[in-house]
Amino acid sequence: MNKHAILEKNVILLAVCILVTVAIGGLVQLVPLYTMEQTIEKVDGVRPYSPLELAGRNIYVREGCYLCHSQMIRPFRDEAERYGHYSLAAESMYDHPFQWGSKRTGPDLARVGGKYSNAWHAAHLINPRSVVPESVMPGYPFMAKTDLDYADIADHMRTLRIVGVPYTDEEIAEAANDVAAQAGGESGDAKALLARYPKAVVGDFDGDPSRITELDALVAYLQMLGTLVDFTDYNPELDYR
Amino acid sequence: MSAAVATAGEARAPVAYHEEVVKKFVIATVFWGVVGFLVGVVIAFQLAFPVLNLDLPWTTFGRLRPVHTSAVIFAFGGNALFATSLYVVQRTCRASLFGGAALGNFLFWGYQLFIVLAASGYVMGITQSKEYAEPEWYVDLWLTIVWVAYLVCFVGTLIKRKEPHIYVANWFFLAFIITIAMLHLGNNAAVPVSFFGTKSYIVWAGVQDAMTQWWYGHNAVGFFLTAGFLGMMYYFIPKQAQRPIYSYRLSIVHFWTLIFLYIWAGPHHLHYTALPDWLQTLGMTFSIMLWMPSWGGMINGIMTLSGAWDKLRTDPILRFMVASVAFYGMSTFEGPMMSIKAVNSLSHYTDWTIGHVHSGALGWVAFVSFGAIYFLVPALWKRQRLYSLRLVTYHFWIATIGIVLYITSMWISGIMQGLMWRAYDSLGFLQYSFIETVEAMHPYYVIRAFGGVLFLLGALIMVYNLWKTIKGELRTEAAYEEPAHVAAGAAE
Repeated sequence: MNKHAILEKNVILLAVCILVTVAIGGLVQLVPLYTMEQTIEKVDGVRPYSPLELAGRNIYVREGCYLCHSQMIRPFRDEAERYGHYSLAAESMYDHPFQWGSKRTGPDLARVGGKYSNAWHAAHLINPRSVVPESVMPGYPFMAKTDLDYADIADHMRTLRIVGVPYTDEEIAEAANDVAAQAGGESGDAKALLARYPKAVVGDFDGDPSRITELDALVAYLQMLGTLVDFTDYNPELDYR
Repeated sequence: MSAAVATAGEARAPVAYHEEVVKKFVIATVFWGVVGFLVGVVIAFQLAFPVLNLDLPWTTFGRLRPVHTSAVIFAFGGNALFATSLYVVQRTCRASLFGGAALGNFLFWGYQLFIVLAASGYVMGITQSKEYAEPEWYVDLWLTIVWVAYLVCFVGTLIKRKEPHIYVANWFFLAFIITIAMLHLGNNAAVPVSFFGTKSYIVWAGVQDAMTQWWYGHNAVGFFLTAGFLGMMYYFIPKQAQRPIYSYRLSIVHFWTLIFLYIWAGPHHLHYTALPDWLQTLGMTFSIMLWMPSWGGMINGIMTLSGAWDKLRTDPILRFMVASVAFYGMSTFEGPMMSIKAVNSLSHYTDWTIGHVHSGALGWVAFVSFGAIYFLVPALWKRQRLYSLRLVTYHFWIATIGIVLYITSMWISGIMQGLMWRAYDSLGFLQYSFIETVEAMHPYYVIRAFGGVLFLLGALIMVYNLWKTIKGELRTEAAYEEPAHVAAGAAE
């Protein structure tokens, strides 16, 4: 214990020892997670978000939805029956940042895609209590009245490419057209969109075909959540880790 | 002999401490504390009565919740840490602040600017969506500059010290400053979409981002809300009790084991998720081990009162400090328990976690800060004593009842909801729909909000008391007297 006096009398040595001590745990946990191949399961179907889904996801982030809704189904019987197959790491491999959440004031949304109609989602987001009387969720009527700002959506995709999302030059070039195509406008080509983004849900999401609103984008995002991986040919035993 | 003592006394020439900056940080602590508690009460009522979300973009729970968490953690807690660390480091080093008033003022205004930039962003929907790291890239960069200045100021003062040893409180403050810098830089690595825009994308993705986030998030608790406040405990409890720290040896063991083990505990926020099992097991193991240094620190703090327990009857400021360490002991037992995977399978995603956080945040962090503030205000403004000790007692009991209401209602609602989610009926179907479990939470959300109101009320009593103290008034009130047998014992 007397040796400890050496540290108590030398500020720089004390600071260096502190830094080394607090760095060890993080290095041991984080470095293998980034380098081990088994960290992310090998499954088919996971793709980057379509431009409209990406815009919707940014609204989801902006409104802090993750504070009350998780996107991470745990491998329990009740969760499987309530929400579907447990979530895989692969399903959020293009998520910058992740949206797993840590609290379920509302239900998990990892596989909400396709469970409700577009009309239900629109009504629910505008006034949750119109479809679920006991809900404590805030209403978001302003989203139906706000035009989606997607002028810079290609810049967003370019930025995501820098951090590792494999958007192609063609996908970035066609971004604005793809937004219009997926939201049911006239100018785009839904067939080309679906070739680029398989399983993307195309349609008029908010019930107002005359314009593309924030509500269109958010519902498009919700309708694809958890739908990409086909679990009929998924073998979990390959993924023990 | 007496001559020798006299020369030693003369050698200890008074040092001109920079106290103006500490005063500013104390005022900011109290101000942001009230703001943070108030927003907490608002969002607690929103969960009980959703009409209070007002259907406006700026007032929904999703945008106000980060305002609440950042206001209490970074604004209230952060200013309390600045105030106490800059006060303690000068006193225990017998050195004036490195960089003087200029650097001190930069730290103060720079940190307040960080808070305002972060909070105004949240209500406008500018967020990274990483819990307790919501500020966007431009705010993160600004905080980095302020934090480096803080490190320079703190280390510079330590280097200037006239005492041979660095006091234990400063080890904890130093570990807090260094580790928060490391976590902040690692977790917030992001690429902005454009130089003039607010939006950025985090470099990390999916499972790796989740692990990086909770490496940060858990150690924001471990170093911002624990190590820093333990620094407070190691200075203000001995000062207020006028007793030395219980064990120097325990301080050393406490310090190194705590900072080593805490970093490993992050994965317990991700039990049963898509995080690889080896990490979950590692995180659980270290979380359980963390119980030991936590209680070592608690014992060191509480046992400092050894031989001075009677002061709890007559000194409500000491009562705040000791109760805070007791709450620290309770929540650092609860935490390792909740990190056990079997327990976590029930508690995760429920209000139990919220209750656990608040027993730490209200009981430990806020109470030890209140104790330090009640100590600092008369000392800094050179007043004989606080305006009123009776009002401190009222604050203590009203706030304590508020905490008890808060954490018991969250225990009940959390465990109840966890059990309802997994309940099956006799035919093998899920017994409750999700919305039925939401409906069942309502009475507990009302009780929780009422507990928050009491805690806020206590803080407002403190504001009044401090205001009168700074004005130099003394309330006419009966002094707390020692019980007869204690006074008689002292007289013998």
